[in-house]
Amino acid sequence: MRRYLILPLLLFQLFLTGCATAPQRGTGDLGVIIERATGSIQVVETTHRTRLGQVTGLGDLSHASINYSRDARYAYVFGRDGGLTKVDLLGMRIVKRVMQSGNSIGGAISQDGRLVAVANYTPGGIKVFDAETLDLVADIPAIDRAGKSSKVIGLVDVPGNRFVFSLFDSGEIWVADMRTPSKPAVAKFLNVGKEPYDAMITADGRYYLAGLFGEDGLALLDLWNMEAGVKRVLNGYGKGEQKLPVYKMPHLEGWAATGNELLVPAVGRHEVLVIDQNNWNEVGRIPVHGQPVFVVARPDNRHVWVNFAFPDNDTVQVIDVPSRTIIKTLKPGKAVLHMEFTPRGEQVWVSVRDDDKVEIYDTETFAKISDLHAGKPSGIFFTHRAHRTGL
Amino acid sequence: MPNKSRRIRCAGTLLLAIFFPCLAWADSPSPPRQAELLNLVRQDCGSCHGLRLNGGLGLPLTPAALDGKSPDALKDAILHGRNGTAMPPWNPFLTEDEARWIVQMLLKGLP
Repeated sequence: MRRYLILPLLLFQLFLTGCATAPQRGTGDLGVIIERATGSIQVVETTHRTRLGQVTGLGDLSHASINYSRDARYAYVFGRDGGLTKVDLLGMRIVKRVMQSGNSIGGAISQDGRLVAVANYTPGGIKVFDAETLDLVADIPAIDRAGKSSKVIGLVDVPGNRFVFSLFDSGEIWVADMRTPSKPAVAKFLNVGKEPYDAMITADGRYYLAGLFGEDGLALLDLWNMEAGVKRVLNGYGKGEQKLPVYKMPHLEGWAATGNELLVPAVGRHEVLVIDQNNWNEVGRIPVHGQPVFVVARPDNRHVWVNFAFPDNDTVQVIDVPSRTIIKTLKPGKAVLHMEFTPRGEQVWVSVRDDDKVEIYDTETFAKISDLHAGKPSGIFFTHRAHRTGL
Repeated sequence: MPNKSRRIRCAGTLLLAIFFPCLAWADSPSPPRQAELLNLVRQDCGSCHGLRLNGGLGLPLTPAALDGKSPDALKDAILHGRNGTAMPPWNPFLTEDEARWIVQMLLKGLP
């Protein structure tokens, strides 16, 4: 009898030792850097600006993005090849990975944290998964009235456990209510404009704005007043002017909302547009170094940082919001792809793809603090996104 | 002097012909430029066409997807863009020979 007891006791002892040696830590200062070339991510921490580890085997990470679980422990990685991977930041390992489509562009996590949705190009539509298990919960193909499949872009979560997304090919905006996850109720807005290419939601989750590639203008949906339908704003903001060729699509996820103003990248122009959020009129244009890709506000909204499309992608500029002037031009290196602020904005991390590094700047002095090596880094995502609508 | 440089060039071409038999025609880009171009195709074209060129907002550019397409038309699409689509003209950054070389590489599959 005693002999039988020894083994479990020993195992229990081992278990206790294991627990005692694993250091406990929070995840609030953690983040992820996407390494496009190697299909891997780096787990980093922003307090000491170090790399904690690397997780490999994530597939094609061109245009990869990340959402966080509500406990900010797990990262959901959306790969271009349709892979959806759940990564444990503390355990530094893949928890689960599913190939959910042929070609995807990004995702979103629901308000209650229980659902993860992925926007797909091929076949077009969104698929919704259980955040815990990654089991498929709902499949919403993006089929327009003519029966044609459309690429889906600009997928975000909004309050009320809903997802909002746009159909690139057919020019529609859909709102999927996921209160009964297996039976989504979808409201469709048709003819919103030609080729919505990306979209954003204001931080309060009220206004959904889709940028249009096929024409000048933005499609606006007020989620507090859906009956009013989709409105067109900034119609023809570049009328009569020759649009420049676009070598990289601007991203709207980082559109800067600074109090009453929205700063947005102009498509095919060397300008950042200033929109008055009260009446959705253009109230200014700020000439910048190249075609803006990301236009992101420092968390205090005083400054906005901008990076640029090829061939001007060696530069980052800082706009002072009150005076709408450029107060700093930085040259971090070849192919700057993304910028991410620490939760309270004292640092910004900048990925420099072709120099295989991430540079870290002080956002008050603009001095470079440090840099980290990363293999062809693209997106940088810190865990405070876990608690923000639309991120 | 000119003689010597020609000899070097000949030797270079010969070496290229040995190591890359199908690449070494007269107007193929220099090896460092080739590396730049491959990075451009993977990374910058990859923004729309996917790092593995399986497509995205842009069409797939794998050998299977391009099979049967005219190399000249593909070269023109690279240089002048495609009207009515998001494909921009790359002629400010590429010569005709470079575009032709990129098409050859795409049709074979990138290394």
